[in-house]
Amino acid sequence: MRWLWIDQIIELEPRKRLVAIKNVSLAEEYLHDHFPPGDGREALPVVPASLLIEGMAQTAGILVGSASNFSHKVILAKIVTARFDHEVFPGQTVRYEARLERLDSAGASTTGTVSYRPSGSGASAGSWLELGSVSLLFSHVGKSLSGLAVPEHNFVFGEHLNVLLQTAGLEDLKLKK
Amino acid sequence: MPESVVMTREEIYSNVREVLEEALGVDEDEVTLDASLTADLQAESIDFLDIVFRLEKTFSTPDRAFKVEPGELFPENLLENPEWVVDAKLTDAGMNMLHERMPHVDFSRFQEDRDVEKVAELITVKSIIDFVERKLAG
Repeated sequence: MRWLWIDQIIELEPRKRLVAIKNVSLAEEYLHDHFPPGDGREALPVVPASLLIEGMAQTAGILVGSASNFSHKVILAKIVTARFDHEVFPGQTVRYEARLERLDSAGASTTGTVSYRPSGSGASAGSWLELGSVSLLFSHVGKSLSGLAVPEHNFVFGEHLNVLLQTAGLEDLKLKK
Repeated sequence: MPESVVMTREEIYSNVREVLEEALGVDEDEVTLDASLTADLQAESIDFLDIVFRLEKTFSTPDRAFKVEPGELFPENLLENPEWVVDAKLTDAGMNMLHERMPHVDFSRFQEDRDVEKVAELITVKSIIDFVERKLAG
């Protein structure tokens, strides 16, 4: 259960869109390094934008992979655009909504929005506020990639994916062994 | 096809330029007709997929889908056919296949070299415009 940057899949429209959430906890170690206290400043735990992109890549990757019942190895090929207008702090929940724009045997492109649910009891508490957008390009990996051998087993969609699918009530989509 | 949807070469160029600017993050003035996608505009293999997706989106109309088949615009999997490439050089059969499949690419200066690694360098902005023009003309 490593390198998993979404907690739960909450909606799936096959081949169209997938929504996942991630609860950000101060127990996560990277937040203590991003950013630590120093030079008279207090610690400022902020989710790095690179991990928000990773969260969207996993959300969109599952959407792309589910279109072929996870039989293809789907890898992130290119971050086409990524824009974030707001930071995410511990205690907040991030919502990734990925939409499939294009899919064929070579790969897929997705667009998506990232939202967050503010903590506290302010006017906007409880509702999702959009904080940015990410467009990605995925490649279906064949037997070789620029002459490099690609492992036979599906290294992209591992066992932890089944847990995610199960908790989301999507057992039908389970990764075939 | 009603006249209003026929694109002039200039319009095609302008759309292709926009596709390349967005896919490769290059400036408008870098996208000259003779610019090689890989050598001048630093395109990598994955960018080709991005470019194909964008061309399809840009040139499709509600009446007519603009669909680019794998290997149609950019050469693919040349090494998988032993008749086309021997010792990393294109064979006569390989050259004939490229000529036939890719009339939008100028292979004249490639006759001597034939280094399979350099095939991608032959794809220029003009190649893409020619490709789109041919395809739109059906």
